Amino acid sequence: MLLPLQSGKASPLSSPTDSSAEATPRQDAMREQLLSDISACLGSALVQSHINVGNDLCVRVATDAWATSAAALKTSLGFDYFCFLSAIDWLPSPFGKGEEDPTAEPVERDTEIKQGLAGGETRMQVFARIVNHRTHVGITLKTDVPDATPVVPSWVSVFTGANWHEREAHEMFGISFAGHPDLRNMYLPTDFEGHPLRKDFPLLARMVKPWPGIVDVEPLPGGGDEDDAEGSAE
Amino acid sequence: MTIIGDRQQLAYIASQAADARVNVELETEGMTLNIGPQHPATHGTLRIIARLDGEQVLWAEPSCGYMHRGYEKLTEVRTFPQVTALVNRIDWLGSFANEVPFILAAEQLMEIEAPPRAQWIRTILFELSRIANVSLFLGDLGVQLGAITPVFFAFRDREYVLNLIEGATGGRFHPNFDRIGGLKDDLPAGWVDETRAVMKKMRKFCDEIENLLFGNEIFESRTRGIGVIPRDVALQYGMSGANLRASGVDWDLRRDQSLPMAWDKVDWKVWTHLDGDSYARCWVRLQETRESTFIVERLLDTLPSGPVMTKVPRIIKVPAGEAWVSTENPLGEMGYYVVSKGDLGPFRVKIRSASFNNISIVPWLLKGVYVPDIITILASLYFILGDIDR
Repeated sequence: MLLPLQSGKASPLSSPTDSSAEATPRQDAMREQLLSDISACLGSALVQSHINVGNDLCVRVATDAWATSAAALKTSLGFDYFCFLSAIDWLPSPFGKGEEDPTAEPVERDTEIKQGLAGGETRMQVFARIVNHRTHVGITLKTDVPDATPVVPSWVSVFTGANWHEREAHEMFGISFAGHPDLRNMYLPTDFEGHPLRKDFPLLARMVKPWPGIVDVEPLPGGGDEDDAEGSAE
Repeated sequence: MTIIGDRQQLAYIASQAADARVNVELETEGMTLNIGPQHPATHGTLRIIARLDGEQVLWAEPSCGYMHRGYEKLTEVRTFPQVTALVNRIDWLGSFANEVPFILAAEQLMEIEAPPRAQWIRTILFELSRIANVSLFLGDLGVQLGAITPVFFAFRDREYVLNLIEGATGGRFHPNFDRIGGLKDDLPAGWVDETRAVMKKMRKFCDEIENLLFGNEIFESRTRGIGVIPRDVALQYGMSGANLRASGVDWDLRRDQSLPMAWDKVDWKVWTHLDGDSYARCWVRLQETRESTFIVERLLDTLPSGPVMTKVPRIIKVPAGEAWVSTENPLGEMGYYVVSKGDLGPFRVKIRSASFNNISIVPWLLKGVYVPDIITILASLYFILGDIDR
């Protein structure tokens, strides 16, 4: 249905689903091999892992071993390209999307913290991506940030480029990086209070005036509500 | 010792004294030079604080945040289709290229793929964004070095490409054309032929710039051997795009990863340079722009027919999961780490923009260079402010 081409002459423009179906098991095997190499390299520092078939490999390491495992992966497995470092706050936002009527009764929200791929035990996680520039294969590394004292080891001694990324994570999430030379604010004024990317930091523009975004999706004229919601756009 | 008359002797003593006085006065103290945030050489609002010893930079530190718009926070209160309007404005000279990785990440989570025609048109528009973006860099490069002419050529010829983007999408700078599952619309009638003609013009533009700048003695002496980045340093700082390839790393995300895009369907070349200096970065960008015109032409030759939109629900809910997709944008590697919890909007989006990493090398790179070279080095690194601050 997607391809109106005759199946006989479709070779240069062949349907992408064919090639990906062939490629997926191969890439999967590659990442499984990679994962066994990584677990041999990191030993007990590797806590949990997840293979996103055909796309990514996610590895969670112990907080204490955050910097040492990056150094080990860099030297022994050739992950020498630093892509980015940031953090995730897994707390569901207590404010939702700011689309409710502020004068109405506050709605009940789910407050359970559910971590993503490769699991986790704490509210916040630091995650980073490093790539082997020869094989062009990248992995996502994650680590838990202790709730009581949000400090993780700094990567600056391993990847100099982590400097700015850690500064950004520090001001946006309030996570400290032990061993970072200079955790000044990157974007915000020095006396700014709070950490904007934490989920419990309200987006003030939405607090002042609720966003009408969801109202825009109206039922089509002449159609039933239920059917339209599941119908096709085109 | 020569015999000199009274008058000459007095003059001699006076000049000695004057020299001594000058020497005392020139006993250099360090000086702090503030470049920007409103300086023409900083392309916007990047501020660079440089501590100087005479003409030499002791240390320099970019000060970001004059254009921080908090997109990562804003994405958390938007639905998935609304996010493209935001990310358009990250690298505003190559807007369409910003939309693509985000849409691909959402499609990856939903396990759908755009139809082939949409993939082709996406790739064509992506390359047109690159040509529009980098042609401005090539013109601007001359201005930084005191050559005024190239920028007029660049603005004149970029307009053709912007007209193409406007013709196809309706927006010159912020197309907002990419949709989850395909594209908003098909190409208008006559667009393909027009594009072929413009690609010829852009190749002529590249030749003109090459004749005007590359090989010019002043240009070469201002850029050769200036701001050298060795490949190990470039990798550590996460430099990407032409900056990385100019340091001798043969790595292009268009070629080296499998994405549902059309780059792997045509032949083209990845340009690298071994020098790692300002000249190499400019040279690689010039070659890439020319290569992009070939990519566009070859994609137009093989443009498949069919729909440009696959079947998606009218209200898009993205299944829970995490996806990382990055593409080779005009400025370098642009990626989104999208975390969804099965909601209408993303739970968290980490925007990995190219310029942030590319500029983070500046404190290392500017150490010890001379003041006029600051401008060349910053110009050759090529950043867009919105891409640093997001």
